[in-house]
Amino acid sequence: MQLFSNIFCNKFKVGLQFNNLPTTIVGQSPDNNITIDDFFAKTAPLPTNIISFFCCNFVVISDKSNYIFMLITNSLATFGRYCLFIKRVFALPDRWGVFGRRTISEVSKLGIDSIPLVIVISLFIGAVIAIQMQLNISSPLIPAYSVGLATRDIVLLEFSNSILCLILAGKVGSNIASEIGTMRVTEQIDALEIMGVNSCNFLVLPKIIAFVLFMPALVIICIGTSLIGGYLVALLTDIITVSRYVYGLQALFIEWYVWYGLIKSLFFAFIIASVASFFGYYVKGGALDVGKASTNGVVSSSILILLFDVLLTKLLLQ
Amino acid sequence: MIEVKNIVKSFDGRTVLHDVSATFYTGKTNLIIGQSGSGKTVLMKSLVGLLQPDGGSILFDGRNLVTMPAHEVKDLRKEIGMLFQGSALFDSETVLGNVMFPLVMFTDMSREEMLERAHFCINRVNLTGAENKYPSEISGGMQKRVAIARAIALNPKYLFCDEPNSGLDPKTSILIDELLSDITHEYEITTVINTHDMNSVLGIGENIIFINKGHREWVGDMTQIYTTANEALNDFVFATELFQQVKNYVKATGLTHPADRR
Repeated sequence: MQLFSNIFCNKFKVGLQFNNLPTTIVGQSPDNNITIDDFFAKTAPLPTNIISFFCCNFVVISDKSNYIFMLITNSLATFGRYCLFIKRVFALPDRWGVFGRRTISEVSKLGIDSIPLVIVISLFIGAVIAIQMQLNISSPLIPAYSVGLATRDIVLLEFSNSILCLILAGKVGSNIASEIGTMRVTEQIDALEIMGVNSCNFLVLPKIIAFVLFMPALVIICIGTSLIGGYLVALLTDIITVSRYVYGLQALFIEWYVWYGLIKSLFFAFIIASVASFFGYYVKGGALDVGKASTNGVVSSSILILLFDVLLTKLLLQ
Repeated sequence: MIEVKNIVKSFDGRTVLHDVSATFYTGKTNLIIGQSGSGKTVLMKSLVGLLQPDGGSILFDGRNLVTMPAHEVKDLRKEIGMLFQGSALFDSETVLGNVMFPLVMFTDMSREEMLERAHFCINRVNLTGAENKYPSEISGGMQKRVAIARAIALNPKYLFCDEPNSGLDPKTSILIDELLSDITHEYEITTVINTHDMNSVLGIGENIIFINKGHREWVGDMTQIYTTANEALNDFVFATELFQQVKNYVKATGLTHPADRR
């Protein structure tokens, strides 16, 4: 599949050179006209999937049909490779005992080690949401307890799952991609393969299972800490009374919002762990490429989280 | 014994291995030598199954790796030990953990039995006392020895070593060579070593395969290499003035190789 996508990349490049087409890049530099050689120098090595193309923020608008064709084939090739990777990941473990121990270790590394970050961010964002609500919806027509209510719903619906997962994509995603990428470039993955170990399953499955299982705990910690952040604003400042804030937290409560957030977070946890692992697993080269894979893993999982956020919101809330 | 028959391998239309055939004998240290880019690493990777050859066959005691179904390849790999150029030790495991890894994954031994076997292997490579150290806490030579201990933990029938002396000082290189040679003879393993190191070639090369520009150019042993007429091999092995002088001295004085005196 990689070969297939490379053939199309090269065909596209040769086609543009042959036609001597001026190439315009839109995105980061909308008015920047550059030559084809500059373009390929900037984007080299050629992105092999739509996600990394988004990371580059480059879109070629000359010879659109060729570009779109290449983009589609590259994306399909990468998606196919990802599916084959996931198929290998979800094989039965060679040793259940080893798998169990590795999963517990990953819960500690990916989940428990993230708790301090989650608490700090949630506390401050909860406080900021409460302050912003008070400043923006203060009106005689809107009841004062709306601050607590709006803070709670923002935290339950978006912050505790989508925004939290975007933040964790940075921390956990880069951790996973760089760890597996380093194992690849130092031949540790080759060593596993030669021993007859399914390296995808051995390395990646415990990470996915551990992170997906622990994510609801992180979401609940985030919800609690964010609401405490808002409570501290009410307690320490005079912009809203504690009683009104607490009344707002309890008013018009919809239990489904909690489940909605938890369900979304499971999907996001899977995306973070699997996409970052995928980018790390297929690293070629050295330290520089591990860094690139880590960045690509984080950006790609962030984009997928946003995409699935829209899809899941439509599915779960309508 | 491993028999390679007419192996061909190309990358992007460029043929790296041209119809290479060779035999690697059991109980002998088999060396693959050649200049950088000659195709010896591709040959080694094809032998261990990390690359699929475009043509030819690789027979492990009669079993063809190229046409073997996946489950049989998995079984065969349990008979293979490999020492990588960079050691490829697992960073998160101690020396003991690294050596125990294949035992944990592929045997039904009790923990006591595994510990006993791991300590035996660590002792065999003279690393007793370093069991609880992490790879980052030990020297390059020690890392190589840990990798050897891990490779022999499952009593492999075949041992592959990719540049075992790279990055090591001459004295440590000799120690590693001697260790590999001893282990090969002691356990009757088919050992295949991919090397650039001329000390290894002249010291432990019982069956040397010289690869030049993707072709098998010469086959012989460390005693025959002094008298070979092959120009490419002479240029490669006796490239330095020192080795040239050694060769001339051996020829002039009629000295025999230490291996002949054994």
